Formats: sequence, structure tokens, C-alpha cells
Amino acid sequence: MKKVVVVLLVFLMAGAAVFAAGQRETVDEKVVTVFGAFVDEEARRFEEAIRPFTDATGIEVRYEGSSEFETLISVRVEGGNPPDIAALPQPGLMQNFAQQGHLVPMWNSLEQLVDSNYAPVWKDLGSEGGTPYGVFHRVNAKSFVWYPKKAWDAAGYEIPTTWDELEALMDQMVANGHTPWAIGIESGGATGWPGTDWVEDVMLRTAGPEVYQQWIDNEIPFNHPAVKEAFEIVGDIWFNDDYVYGGRNYILTTSFGDSPRPLFEDPPRAMMHRQGNFVTTFFPDRIQDNLEQEVGVFPLPSINPEWGIPVLGGGDQFVVFNDTPEVRQFMEFLATWESGKLWAQAGGALFPYLDQDLDAYPNEIERSLAEALVNAEVFGFDASDLMPGQVGAGSFWTGIVDWVNGRNLDTVLNTIQRSWP
Amino acid sequence: MSEQDTSASSGGIGGRAVVTLGRILISIFIPFVAFVVLWGGFIFLRDTNAPQGIIASVAIIWGVGGVALLFWVADWVVNRLPLQTAKKLQPFVFVGPALVILGWYLFIPALRSLYLSFFDARSQAFVGLQNYVFAFTDPKMLESFVNNLMWIVLGTGGAVGFGLIIALLADRSRFEKFFKALVFLPMAISFVGAGVIWRFVYAYKPPMEEQIGLLNAMVTFFGGEPQAWFTMQPWNNIFLIVILVWLQTGYAMVIISAALKGIPSSIIEAGRIDGATEMKIIIRIIIPSIFSTLVTVATTIIIISLKIFDIVFTMTNGNYGTEVIASMQYKQMFRFLHYGRGSAIAMVLVIAVIPVMWYNLRQFSKREGF
Amino acid sequence: MTLEKRKAAKWKVVINIILLFIVLIWTMPTVGLFISSLRPQDEVMNTGWWTTFTDGTRFNLDNYRQVLGGRDHTYVDAAGNTVRASGDNLSQAFVNSLTVTIPSVIIPLLIAAAAAFGFAWLEFPGRKIFFTIVVALLVVPLQIALIPILRDYQRIGLTGSYLAIWLAHTGFGLPLATYLLYNYISTIPRDIFESAFLDGAKQMTVFTLLVLPLSIPAIASLAIFQFLWVWNDLLVALVFLGGTADVAVLTQRLASMVGSRGQDWHLLTAGAFVTMIIPLAVFFGLQRFFVRGLMAGSVKG
Repeated sequence: MKKVVVVLLVFLMAGAAVFAAGQRETVDEKVVTVFGAFVDEEARRFEEAIRPFTDATGIEVRYEGSSEFETLISVRVEGGNPPDIAALPQPGLMQNFAQQGHLVPMWNSLEQLVDSNYAPVWKDLGSEGGTPYGVFHRVNAKSFVWYPKKAWDAAGYEIPTTWDELEALMDQMVANGHTPWAIGIESGGATGWPGTDWVEDVMLRTAGPEVYQQWIDNEIPFNHPAVKEAFEIVGDIWFNDDYVYGGRNYILTTSFGDSPRPLFEDPPRAMMHRQGNFVTTFFPDRIQDNLEQEVGVFPLPSINPEWGIPVLGGGDQFVVFNDTPEVRQFMEFLATWESGKLWAQAGGALFPYLDQDLDAYPNEIERSLAEALVNAEVFGFDASDLMPGQVGAGSFWTGIVDWVNGRNLDTVLNTIQRSWP
Repeated sequence: MSEQDTSASSGGIGGRAVVTLGRILISIFIPFVAFVVLWGGFIFLRDTNAPQGIIASVAIIWGVGGVALLFWVADWVVNRLPLQTAKKLQPFVFVGPALVILGWYLFIPALRSLYLSFFDARSQAFVGLQNYVFAFTDPKMLESFVNNLMWIVLGTGGAVGFGLIIALLADRSRFEKFFKALVFLPMAISFVGAGVIWRFVYAYKPPMEEQIGLLNAMVTFFGGEPQAWFTMQPWNNIFLIVILVWLQTGYAMVIISAALKGIPSSIIEAGRIDGATEMKIIIRIIIPSIFSTLVTVATTIIIISLKIFDIVFTMTNGNYGTEVIASMQYKQMFRFLHYGRGSAIAMVLVIAVIPVMWYNLRQFSKREGF
Repeated sequence: MTLEKRKAAKWKVVINIILLFIVLIWTMPTVGLFISSLRPQDEVMNTGWWTTFTDGTRFNLDNYRQVLGGRDHTYVDAAGNTVRASGDNLSQAFVNSLTVTIPSVIIPLLIAAAAAFGFAWLEFPGRKIFFTIVVALLVVPLQIALIPILRDYQRIGLTGSYLAIWLAHTGFGLPLATYLLYNYISTIPRDIFESAFLDGAKQMTVFTLLVLPLSIPAIASLAIFQFLWVWNDLLVALVFLGGTADVAVLTQRLASMVGSRGQDWHLLTAGAFVTMIIPLAVFFGLQRFFVRGLMAGSVKG
């Protein structure tokens, strides 16, 4: 009986093997694989935005997005299974892969495109050791303050253009019985990052771009007075319970995405929220549907007039692991406004291209953000993304949390400095 | 086999030679056929474009049948060998496949980690014990050791304790399946879902707002101030451990329950006839009979507590004094890209499990085989 | 006699009440999730789920519609028109998850059962050392194995195939399966084997005809755990199978449904229940194997 079963099994599998012989796939389609961290609707918009490329060249672009990008990209690269192209959210990752020799440097025609289509800062951010690797596509800008338009108009608040005006406005709000800010820094395994953005934004305004860069390179230590000053300015707002809705506990426990919600209660429980352009997707549906009527936005005011109104931003850079003619064609497409236009029209994305058509953005708000980004005199890339992982995605985040939770600022700064590799 | 033996003994010397030769050929041929069949299946599954349904069916037959075939062929070959050799090799027919796969998938990678733990971040320069110095002196690591100890004691105690109580009670209830299914339910929820569930329990809103977290709603209902639970040191560790107990009790319950079913009812009946109270029966008869199962369940939950990662990582990210070893390991490895430290911390986990291994080995030695 | 019976009946009631109380606490958080899954996002964020009992809020299935039928997307197509469309539905992901899971449960269980029998009842050199290693490997985080295994897979061209992921789940699931089955199989009374071996049965026969049938309760419970682990796994599938639409498993689809920054996390409320259906079916399907007497009846006390 058992033998009969075995014999049957053998025949079945032999059959499968024969069947398999005729199945071998012959691949002659031209395919480029792209791996990135954005998913769902954003992935769909990306795919639609690059469709004109496929239509024109016949090259299929297979995008794979994953919420586990952070873990997967290093496993795949180290494991010998990298995608053709990856969209890296952190320049630190690019530097790492470049040092390991995993990346293909920019070739001449691509470099020329980058030189003509982007401000020099983007090329520098995509370079390691003087060699350019990364091409930026969708970027974000974070130095913006959002407010409930109707409530502001009713109270007669005016947009501040200097830090003094901002402080006066906050006091005016308190006097009117309003709470100025809604802040939340909880973000699961990345809790603390919205706080690092605040500090960076202030740092750019007080110390200027050069000191900012020294801070990133640890040429000035993390407990340097310039850094401490930035923290203290943030702390003056954050730790004043009159200024912040719900106080420290709210800051610590509220998810950054939920944190703007008090602005849209009726009446609003808070009047301002500082966050990047992507925050609009977290607004309640009724607000998102009437964005221009309900929401106003202004850049975080200047502190030291010498630096004007700097813009803090971030973005994914596309880097090449496998050098094929198709990959080259696609990368060159990505370096042009053509590749971003449809996504810009769909909304929720800003682009750094110099020759972009601002009319493509679907509403006045995004148009003004894109304008601010392209025209910024001082542009600072998110410092925590540029610092080594131990600090930028480690002790800086946790340091912010400890600080808000009541730890002494000097201790926090010393701890972060000690963790620098 | 007996048929072949008779035919061989009845033939002449020449016949015997032919039979021996035939045997050798068959002994080679059968494994060869088995190999070809498995390889064919492998190639098919690797390269096929067939519809998903067909792939899945072939896959299941190939995978399951293939494993059975391997066992059968190995056994067949071993039985053809001289008796002494066969006896020595036979056990490996059973444990061999597991050892090979474990070796490939876990043991060799673990050795590699051990090796990498003596190197720097990018595995280029030898750094001696530097990564271990980090692992045993970094303040966050020291914090993790204390916390993991708390996880082991409270998490294991809670899950095994509740699992045992529920299994014992359910065994005496008519609605056993219903109760067990509900306690098991959390296990079936994916971790992302469980994360959302516990957010609704621990959520904090400022006093002037309506609470959406169950716990704070109860606190405010009784007139208290809402609390930010995850920032309350050191109690926040216990709030996190509650999640583990909630998740793992179902596991402990299912295994313990299966062991309870395995106790011969005659033993318990004998106890009842002797007039022992239910409590005495549980302590004197039931617990000793399932003791080895309790050790097993406790061992696995201790190991789960040692490796605890996702609960801490998504709920607090190790802030407010809740850091644990496995979360440190993950961060070093994938976020800070420091393979040396990441590997060293993984080795620390292996070191930490030595007492558990030692105890299990003692239990193991008490049982002998044939 | 009647007194004793009444006493016993009273105990039964007490036991059921205690159990009901425990179960109530145990399911409360899940009930909260379930009610939340039927509420619109704005309400979930602003009022507790229990308020629905007093407010008489209207429930709707919108979250489920989005999870099962695919999230609504808006995008601009190549002609410049704004399009609103649904994403892919979950049926493909269900098939993928099942294809990954079923062999990933059966294969390790077979191998582990054989190994457990070997460790428990057969004498061979290195038995103790090998067993210690199996226990030690329980604690090794599988993350450290991802890179070396992926390298091996690349070398033999296995990456991206279902076989790759079954083998990976087999490898990662074996320590627990072997350890738990060892515990169960080693408690099978010795005289069962003695009589079988005296009758001249071969080891393979003893294994297939005695050990496997006797271990069914343990194998069934392990099957559930291995099923749950594989079903809910995200990382192993992403590394060895990939995350493109044709192979994406359910967990991967759910994880991306919340959006790049988690803005749609409320969909997880419905998603958690959708992914739970199959594991629960497996649990109820296998629960009937947890019956008394398979072994208890076969030996005398």
C-alpha cells in the first residue's frame, strides 16, 4: 500500500518535472526595478507620473514600496539582491552604500542634467567623497506653520514675519484665551523626529547655514552653545503650558499625525501647528476637501535677519545599483520636471526642479510652498537625516523625548554628543 | 527484504553475486530517482509561470511528499546496510534533516554573527572585545538588562499562570471551547492590529478633552486625572508586559490544555475515589503530571520575553526607561548599520539563555532513549 | 449523594462565572477594536468606542470596504485628467498568503516530528549536544540570518520563489517545533515502544504508525502556532519573496494601506479583523483534535 503511494508520488513529480521543462520563461522585456519607502496612494501617483516614460520608451518600471524599507534595503544590498534603483530617504544610507562600493556614480549625461535642472545644494546632498550618486525627485519642505483660517480671521490675527512678532502673537493669543500651539512628537519607532525638526529649523535661523553644517559634521559638538541656544528657544515655547495645548504630556504622547487636530475643532483648541507640507494628509476629511478656505500657512519667521527665512527640507534620492541602458534612461528621465509634473498635479508632493511650472500644483497652498522651497536663500536638509544613524535616528530622537520628559538640557546634549560614533 | 534473503540463499555463488550487484544497483538507483524527482519539482517551482492555484497544489504535494519521500528513501537505504552500521545511522534518518536545515538557517548564521561581533561597524577591522564592552557597559544596555529581567519574570509568570488557571478551569466547564477560543483570539491578531488595540487602551488625552483610552476613561470616571501611562517610570514596563501576557496566554493555555487531556483519567479517578479534594488533585496529581509541559511552556515564553521587540519598538521606542535587548539589537543592526554591535548584542541574547538551556538539559538527561 | 451532586453543580456555576469574568477582560480590548472598525475615523479619534452604546452612533462598513476592495486613490493620468479609482482588492494577497503558509506549516512539522522522535527515543552520539543547540537556537534573532541566507539564495537562484520562503520558514520554525514536539513525544509511555519493538517493528514503522497518531494533539497545537507566525509574518516574506503586487502577502498589503506616514492607520481596525478570519478558521478546525483520551485511554494508570 505504502509502495503504491510512493510510486504514484514519483510519477506525479516526474510529470511535474516534464511539465516544468516547457515552462522556462524567456525574459526579453526591458524592465527597471525601483524600490522605495513610499506606498499606497503615493506609490500609485509615482507610477502614474512615470507612465509617460514607459509609453515613450517601452521600458517597464516596476516599483515596489515597503513600510519596512529601512530593514529591507540593507538586507537586500548586503545579501546581493539589490533593486536596479532605490529611493533612499536618508543621505546617510547613500553615503554608506557608496563607501561600500555598491552604487553606480553619475555618468556624464546625467550629471549635466542634474547641473542644469537643480540648485547646487541637491547635487551636493547626492554626493559622497566628491562623487555624485543620487538624483532627487519628490522632496518636502518643513518650515511651515499651519493655522485655521476662519478662526484667525475672526480673531484678527496677523501673520508674523519676525520672531518678535511671533512672540507677541503668542502672547496676544494667550490674552484672548487661545492656546497658540498644538505639538506632538510620538511616531512609534521614530518617536522624537518632529522635535528634531523644530530644533533644526531654529538652528538654521539663529546660527545660519555654515554653523548648521558644522553641527551636522560634528565640527562643533552637540553641546555647543549654538546648539543649546536653539534648544532653549524651542523650550521657551514648548515648556510654557500657556503656549502649548495639553502641555508636555500631550507633546510626548500625541502622534505627530494626530497633533494638528486641535486646530480644526470648533472652536479651535489651538491656533498653530508647525510641520512639513505632507501634514495636510492628516487633516480631517472635511478640512482636506476645502483646504484653501479652511487652512492658512506661513513660513516659520526669521530670527536673525542675516539668514532671512531659511527652509528646512528633506527628500528621497534615487541611486543606481545596476548599470544598464534602461536604468540610465530612466534616471535621466527622473532628473527632469517631466517626471514630477503629474504627481505635482495630483497633489501632496513638492519638486526641486528649477524649471518647474508652479501652475501645475493643484492649489494655492502647495504652490506657495513650492515657491518658498525653490526660492529659499538658505536651504537646510534635515540635519538628523544627515547625521550618523546612531545620532540622527537614535540619540537625537531619544534625547528630545528625555528633554521634554523633564531631563536637564545639558545632560541631554552631553549624552547625544557621547553617542557620536 | 525477507523475500530477497531467501532467493539469495537458495541460489549458487554466481546467483549470490548477481543479487548483491543488483542490490547495490538498486540502492544507488532508488535515491537517484528520488533525487531527480525532487530536483525536477524544484526547477519547476523555481521557474514556473503556471497559474497560482496549480503552483500552490503542486507545491504542497511536492513539499510535503518530498519530505516524506526523503525520509522513506533514507530509511530504505539505511536498512540495506550491514546491521551494525544501520543501527548507528538509523537515528540520523530522523534527526538528520532537522539538523541540516537548522545548521543552514540558524546555526551557521549564528556562528557568522559570533565572528562579526569581533569586528567594527562595517565588518572590516578587528576590534577585539570592544563590542562586548559596549554591550555590557552602555547605559541603555544596562537599562535593557533590568527591563528584560522584568519581562522574563512578570511576562512568563503572567502568561503561564493565567494559561494554567484558564486551562484548568476550562477543562471543568461545559463551554470549554468557547472560553478557550476567546482567550486564544489575541494570538490570531496580527501585531499591527494588536498595536492599535492597545492604543485604544492606553491612549492619553488632556484633561479638558474626552478620553478615548479605556484606562483613562475609567480613571476620569472615578474622578482622577488622566495619566500618560507610557511615561510613568518604572510602571510603564508593566503596562507593556501586560500586552505580552494578553498575547501569549492563549499559547500557554493551548499547550497546557493539550497536556491536561493527556493525563490518564484513571489516575484522577483514583484520586477522587480516595476522597482527595479537587485542590489536592490539582496540586498532587495534575501539576506533577504536566510538569514537563509547564517547563516547556515557560522556556518558550522566557525566550519570547528575551527576544521581545515589536511591542516596545512600536509603543515607546525604548523611551522612558523601557528599552530592551532585542530592540537595541535591531537598532544597531538596521538603523545604525553597526554590524559589530548588532552581532554582539545577538550573542548576549544567546549567553542570557544559557541558564534556561542548562535546566532543560537536566530535564532532558532524566529521560533515556532506546 | 444528592448533596454532593448539588455541590458539584454549584462549583460548575462558580467556575463558569470566573471564566466568564476572565474572558470578558481578555476580549474587552478586541471588542473595542471591533467597534472602532465600524466607526468613521473622525469619531474614532474624538470619542471613546464605548460611547457608541449610549449615543446610538450609526455604524458603517466603510473601513471594511476600503480594506477589502482596495483603497480609493486619486491621481493624475498621462492625459492630465484627475482620476479617482480603487486600488487592488485583497483576493490576490489572500491566495499568496495561503500559498506561502500551508507548506510552511506542514514541512517543518513533519521534519520536527521526526527529529523530536529521534531525540526522545533513539540513542546516538552527540544527542545531548545537538539538543542543546536546538534549544539555544530558539533565542537567535532571525534578523541575523537574513543576509547570509539571502546570499546563499542568490547563489542558487532561489530568491523570489515560493520554495525560498517555505524553506526559510521551515528553518526559522524548526527550533520551536522540535522543542515542543520533543516534550510531548518524550512523555509517551515507554511500554508502548517496548512492545512494538519486541514485535519486531522497524523504527520508521513505529514513527509513522505509533508516534505520529499519538502526537496529534501536540501537532495540531503546533500547526496553529506555526500557521499564525507565518500568516502574520512580514519581514521574512519581504526579504525572500519580495513585495511586488503579484507576490505580496496580506500583511504587506495591510502595512502599506496605512500610507507612507501612517496617516490612514484607522484602516488597521478593519484590517486586523480581515486578516484574522483564516487563522481563526484554522484554530476552530484543529480544535477538535484537542480531545481527551488519544493517549490517556491507551495505557493503564
